[in-house]
Order: sequence, then structure tokens, then C-alpha cells
Amino acid sequence: MSKEIIKIDDLKREFTMGTETVHALRGISFSIKEGEFVTIMGSSGSGKSTLLNILGCLDQPTSGTYIIDGEKVKSLSKNELAKIRNEKIGFIFQSYNLLARTSAIENVELPLLYNSKVSTEERRSRAIKALEMVGLADRMDHTPSELSGGQQQRVAIARALVNNPVMILADEATGNLDTRTSYEIMSLFQELNKQGITITFVTHEPDIATFSSRTIVLKDGHIIQDYKNHKVQSAADELAKLPKQDD
Amino acid sequence: MRLLNLFKIAFKAIVLNKTRTLLTMLGIIIGVASVIAMLAIGEGSKESIRTTISAMGSNMITVRPGSGVRGGVKQERSAMETLKLKDYYAIKEQADLLTYITPMVNGGGQVINGSNNWPSSIYGVNSDYLKIKIVDLQSGSMFTDAEVKTAAKVALIGQTVVDNVFPDGQEPVGQMIRFNNIPFKIIGVLEEKGENTFGQDQDDVVIAPYTTVQKRILAIDHLESIIASAISEDKAPEAVTQVSEILRKQHKITENDEDDFHVRSMEELISTFSSTSEMLTILLVAVAGISLLIGGIGIMNIMYVSVKERTKEIGLRMAVGGKGSDILMQFLIEAILISITGGVLGVILGLGSTVFIEKFLNWPTSVALYSIIISFVVCAVTGIFFGWYPARKAAALDPITALRYE
Repeated sequence: MSKEIIKIDDLKREFTMGTETVHALRGISFSIKEGEFVTIMGSSGSGKSTLLNILGCLDQPTSGTYIIDGEKVKSLSKNELAKIRNEKIGFIFQSYNLLARTSAIENVELPLLYNSKVSTEERRSRAIKALEMVGLADRMDHTPSELSGGQQQRVAIARALVNNPVMILADEATGNLDTRTSYEIMSLFQELNKQGITITFVTHEPDIATFSSRTIVLKDGHIIQDYKNHKVQSAADELAKLPKQDD
Repeated sequence: MRLLNLFKIAFKAIVLNKTRTLLTMLGIIIGVASVIAMLAIGEGSKESIRTTISAMGSNMITVRPGSGVRGGVKQERSAMETLKLKDYYAIKEQADLLTYITPMVNGGGQVINGSNNWPSSIYGVNSDYLKIKIVDLQSGSMFTDAEVKTAAKVALIGQTVVDNVFPDGQEPVGQMIRFNNIPFKIIGVLEEKGENTFGQDQDDVVIAPYTTVQKRILAIDHLESIIASAISEDKAPEAVTQVSEILRKQHKITENDEDDFHVRSMEELISTFSSTSEMLTILLVAVAGISLLIGGIGIMNIMYVSVKERTKEIGLRMAVGGKGSDILMQFLIEAILISITGGVLGVILGLGSTVFIEKFLNWPTSVALYSIIISFVVCAVTGIFFGWYPARKAAALDPITALRYE
């Protein structure tokens, strides 16, 4: 039995909008084990963004417990949350969020800049390694404007990998990409997952879920489905099936 | 997080926005440069006043009769005949803080040598005069005490008088001239001193024994002034008090009555003139300071815009582990870097314009080290002060909202 990375129990999150209280999450429980590839699905308003924020330690639950890699998040201060984000989570966003006019390698180095334990030389070598993992070793000195959307997202993935997180948290990571490129990105995710990296992928596209090993479906703040995917499709195979493009 | 990393981040942000940064700095640059240039001009003029006055003898003390009332009519100072030779003797004997002392009478008249003549002033003094005024002789020698006693008709003349009554370049020493029809034998020529700060030609003088001037030219027995030199510049104020006390006793002035004379040291003269230029300096620096303030507001403005513009970047930095304090420091360092770099460029520009003013406008300038230090400190403080608010705002951002900001 592998280790539990995430353990969530009766998690609730309420927002007060004027006089009204909005229940974004109405008591959900689940756990994610090391090496899993989980997609969290749901339409807008289902509470998946709220869950993502809490999973990413950007937000605190109103009640319930959230334990990431053995640490109880509820009792932590803002600075301690920042430390957890820095050391345990790798973020990937829909719009890449790379720093403009900054080279790929410097973008990848960014999380390590906020970790005083990492020296300049180590920072550089780890960034190079991360870029190699996503297949962009030859594009290290390119700025985001010189890279395609897919390449930019690869830089973002390298940035998420560079601090050796316990979990990669992707928010609609393929939302801005065409089908071919999103399959490429998904196959990269699958490859990383095979190397043992835990991935949590938030999306509203059902076909993305077929590439993951487990799917959690949210609706109105409740988990309505949580199932293991026994027939994981290979994104690389799907990519091969697509009609050839003339590049 | 290490400060060095934050420095790198801030430095990068500045380099990426070169034009904007430079324009932001401009306010600081101009502010600092003008503070330095203005202070240099102020210091320069103060120093030039001090040097000219010092050249006239910085430890010199002057005693003049005060204005007074005679028969109900207020009298002009020079009309008062209260300063007598016995006052001079009293001071000479009793004051121990003085080294040299001379009585002085003076009058105007025509210097005549054959067909050449020239209007000038004659000063009747004793042999101490040259030492008090710190004047050397070009040629000849000073008259002796014996010549003073016998009211000898000997005189020393300044270069301007030489130029005008000896236009052919004759050697004046040994020649006879007439001053208001009284013949004088020239025994010496004074070294050239040029004009003083107040535009007075210091070489347009005739110096003769005071006895001679009193008896033969002015026909008076009072003195117009007594000048003396204190043993040192620091002792001058003390010497002034001492001389005043002696004179009050001499003139039998009771405790409640005002002095009927004035004793002044050069130091007072210096401070009088310096205070005028000091006022001007303060005014100029105030104007320069205002431009520095406006420069600071410029920094705040740009930093504020920069925080707004980079909201998403701030959100990302927080998401990957940047703490609020890291973000605060990043923007604060950016503001300080801008202001300090602006300060350095401002100092360079200020020094450059000071050299320009000195060379091309011929104004005396003197760059004080303290003006550079002050501008630097002000720059750093400006950066912190005006960078704080925008940086605080950046640090207080909620990472979720910041990430979603478009």
C-alpha cells in the first residue's frame, strides 16, 4: 500500500457574499495516494476551483481537515502555507503564467529562488534537468514570446517539477491548446506519472479524464462520482491516430 | 529567502523597463543634481566672501564713534568727535588681547605730481597699519615712529595712485607729490591688492602718519577710528569686549547708558555677509528639495502602476512559494534601486554642472561633502518612503485573485 499524499475529510468551504452564504464545498472526503493520476471534473459552479485553491494551499477550508504529505494545513499561517506551496506543490495554469521577457530557464528557476536552501549552482542544474524532462533542453534561453503555446506549457510543467513536489496540481492545463498539442501535453503528463509523480488535474473536458487513472466528479459542492479508470488510454497512441499535419 | 535573490529579481524588473525606469529616475536625478549644484553655489559665495574679508585682516577690530545727539540734533557718525587720541593710548596700554593698534584719520583730496593729478583718499595711521591690514610693500619702507611724532611729510601710495600720477613709469619712491597742496615725500609703494568683494579699489590710497594728516590736512585733533588686530581670530570677540570696557571707562559711561562708540570685529562682518548668502542658499535648496519630493512622488506613481500591471506575476510568485514579505521586499528594493541609481546619476550631473558653472559662468563654487551625503540619504529615504505604500499593496494581494487578474 503506497503512501497517502492527500487526505481530505469532511471538507467545507463557505463564502459570505453580502448577507448570503454560498456553500462552495459541502463536506467532501477523499484521499490521493502517491503515484496516482487523478482528474477532478465538474461543470462551472461545482466547486472544483474552490477545491483546487484549497488543494493548492492558496485558500483555507472553513471546516474539515486537509492533510498534505503529513502536514495539517488548517493550522498553518500564511507564511507556512507559502512554504508548503514552495516545497510540496507544483502548479500548472491554463494560461501558463510565465514571466514575460524572461528566458525559459529563469522561469523554471523561479520557485527555487524562494527556497533559501538551494544554492545558485544547484538551482541552475535542477532547472536544466527539469527542462530536459519536458524535452525543451534546446530552448532554454528562449523567452515565452519565442515559444509556441505547447512549448510554453512545457516550460510551466518544468517549473512545476523543479522543486520536486509531492504533487503536481494542474488547472485546465490543456484548456488553451489545440487537440494535437493537448494530447502531446497529456502524453507528457502520463510519462511523468509513470516515473512516479502524483498528478491532480482539474478539468471540465471528459476526454482528458480518459487519460487518468482515477476521476472524481463534483457537483454543487458534493462528490457525485469517484471511480478508478481501468482502461487508461495512452495519449501517445491517440496522438498517433490524429491526421498527419504538414509542419 | 535570501536578499541577494530579491535584489536579482528587482534588478531584472528595472532592466526590463529601461525607458520607464530612466524617466522615473529623472525626477530624482534633477532633484539631487540641483541640490548639489545649489549648495555648491551657496558654499562657493560664502567662501569667497570669507576669503576677501580675511585678506583684509580677519582678526582686525575697528573702533568708530557712535552716532549721538548734540544739542538735540542727531549727528552723523563721522561728525562725532568723541574718539580721541587718549582713547587710543588707553586701549594700547590696557588691552592685552591686541597685538597691533593704530589711530586712523582719513580724508579725500587731490594727489598732484607736476601736470598729473588724481583724486584719492589719504589715511593717517601709525606704523602698525600695514601689519593690521596685512599689506606688504612693493618698494621703499614704512615711516618710523619718530616720523609720526614729528608729523613728517612722508607718504606711501597704492598702485592705482602710482599709475595715475606717475604715468611714465618713473620710480615713485623718493619723489615729491602734493596732496591738497601739502608736499609729501614718497617713501614706499604698497603691494597691489585689487578690488575687494564690495568693489572698492584697495590700491587707491595714500598712507601718511596720522599726526601729519590731523595737523596739516584735516586740522582736527579727534580720531575717526582706531583699528587694531587681536592676537588671534578666535580671541577677536573677547578683544572686542575688552576694548568696549576700556572705552566705557574712558568715556565715563554709566551702566545704563549706551555706548557712544562701536567696536566691531571682522568676524561680525563675515557673518553679516554670510547670512545673506546663507538665506539665498536655503531658498535655492528648498526649491531643489521640492523637485526631489516630486521625484519621489514619481517613483510612487510608477511603482503603483507597476504593481497593478504585474498583479498576475505577483500571484504567480505567491503560488510558487513567495511570501508576502518577499513580495514587499522585491518592490521595495526596486524602488530603492531606482532612487539610489537616480541619486548616483544626480550626484554626477550635479558635480558636472558645478564644474560648468565655475568654468563658464565664473561663479565661485565649492562642493561640500555633506551635500552629497545628504542627497544620498534623502534618496534612499525617498525610495523607502514612496516605495513602501505600493510594495505593501503588492504584498497584501490575495494570491487567488491576483492569479485570476486580467
